[in-house]
Amino acid sequence: MLYDLFIAPFADFEFMRRALVGSFALALGAAPIGVFLMLRRMSLIGDAMAHAILPGAAIGFMVAGLSLFAMAGGGLIAGFVVAVGAGLIARSTQLKEDASLAAFFLISLALGVTIVSVKGTNVDLLHFLFGSVLAVDDPTLLLIVGITSVSLVILALIWRPLVLECVDPGFLRSVSRAGGPAHIAFLALVVMNLVGGFQALGTLLAVGIMMLPAVISRFWARDITGMIGTAIGCAAVSGYAGLLVSYHFNLPSGPAIILVAGAIYAVSVVCGPVGGLIWLALPQRHLEA
Amino acid sequence: MTAQLQFRNLTLGYDRHPAVHHLDGAVQLGSLTAVIGPNGAGKSTLFKGVVGVIKPLAGRIERNGVRPQDIAYLPQVNEIDRSFPISVYDMVAMGLWRGKGLFGGIGPRDRDTVESAIAAVGLTGFEPRAIGTLSGGQMQRMLFARLLLQDARVIVLDEPFNAIDAKTCADLLELVRRWHSEQRTVLAAMHDLEMVKANFPESLLLAREPVAWGATADVLTPENMLKARRMCEAFDEQAEACVVAA
Repeated sequence: MLYDLFIAPFADFEFMRRALVGSFALALGAAPIGVFLMLRRMSLIGDAMAHAILPGAAIGFMVAGLSLFAMAGGGLIAGFVVAVGAGLIARSTQLKEDASLAAFFLISLALGVTIVSVKGTNVDLLHFLFGSVLAVDDPTLLLIVGITSVSLVILALIWRPLVLECVDPGFLRSVSRAGGPAHIAFLALVVMNLVGGFQALGTLLAVGIMMLPAVISRFWARDITGMIGTAIGCAAVSGYAGLLVSYHFNLPSGPAIILVAGAIYAVSVVCGPVGGLIWLALPQRHLEA
Repeated sequence: MTAQLQFRNLTLGYDRHPAVHHLDGAVQLGSLTAVIGPNGAGKSTLFKGVVGVIKPLAGRIERNGVRPQDIAYLPQVNEIDRSFPISVYDMVAMGLWRGKGLFGGIGPRDRDTVESAIAAVGLTGFEPRAIGTLSGGQMQRMLFARLLLQDARVIVLDEPFNAIDAKTCADLLELVRRWHSEQRTVLAAMHDLEMVKANFPESLLLAREPVAWGATADVLTPENMLKARRMCEAFDEQAEACVVAA
């Protein structure tokens, strides 16, 4: 019985196994990046980036049809142009990062929609927006796993400047020039993981697997290592449970994964040991010192 | 005497408006100098120039072989995100950056160094605390511990004792005196003139242009202070380009 419920779907069907591996890989790569986005108060940047990627992927689709390489390549290029352009402008003018990013992603989005409509091709937008984790084939899986591996390595390399740039950017500037390159590398990671995620979950939900576990982790851990561990765990559990829910109840898989994460979020806001609402309601004696 | 910092006709500012105007002079190696002057006199701007955060509009700064990033700098308004989940220990350990860089490991000896710096500022026991739980004074103590670890030849402190209670002030001044005795060059922007007279052998009185520079007793005269106040805060949107030879 339990076997049928929790294991059989994956044992019996290859596409379920692929989807599971894909979502675990996404969890490993995207969740830590989400934590840094949240800590830098850039939670909505992921959303903006996803919009910036969309036109690139659409152009890739128009040029080469439903080709993984063209769509991922287009998405990466569009994302990098927006991320690097916005990052450079934020660093060399008085514009803040969010403002320059807003300008860039809106331009990218408008440009993409214009190109698509001028070309007159009827792009299947639903695929971009919501993806299909159950249709993940080998090349896509390799792409996702590759992106995750690269992400983890780069994250390890830029860990110190990234943390320091979040907590004390002035000090980092005064001791090292690594802040700028680390920031650009980080934005590149955001783009790469969104491109990886949108193959499986679509652009909109790729942001979900990045940000929801990160936001959840704030309610469970006090230090950054704990937060990243929690976020990865949450993202993986959401992937697994979401796939099961989608299998048993015949629901679309991407939204199911994100909704599971959403449910964990709701529970965390109420019961999370670090600042959950329930602790406000419970009368607790103050400490002696 | 060798100059640690040599200012040559230095003009620093923002948007072409000078905040420090035609500054000439030298900060001697191992000197302890208070930089004083009214608000808007250019103290912070001068420091930003010294540590290389802003580029001179004209003139130059010679640093006697010390790279700008090897100067320890305590800014007046720090950009620290106090809600970031990082411990006092980790924050202080960042002071080892110059020796450790991006990848250097922190070994047992480094841990001892970090512990002793934390002890030197009186924060022993606070190591695991998140920085968001510190008071203003404790925060400043933590930043001084990080400065200690930076082990820099030149230390620049921008108004380090603002809004700090007497006990913390005294403790931190002790560290400044220790740096001075170790022949480090220390520059500090100050407002408390009594504290300057008691602790700083040299002073630079700045009012966008240097008013007086030398032994503290000679600099802090009533006439100089009055002059500084008059010279300050003359920002002219329509100002002509400066004609003094660069």
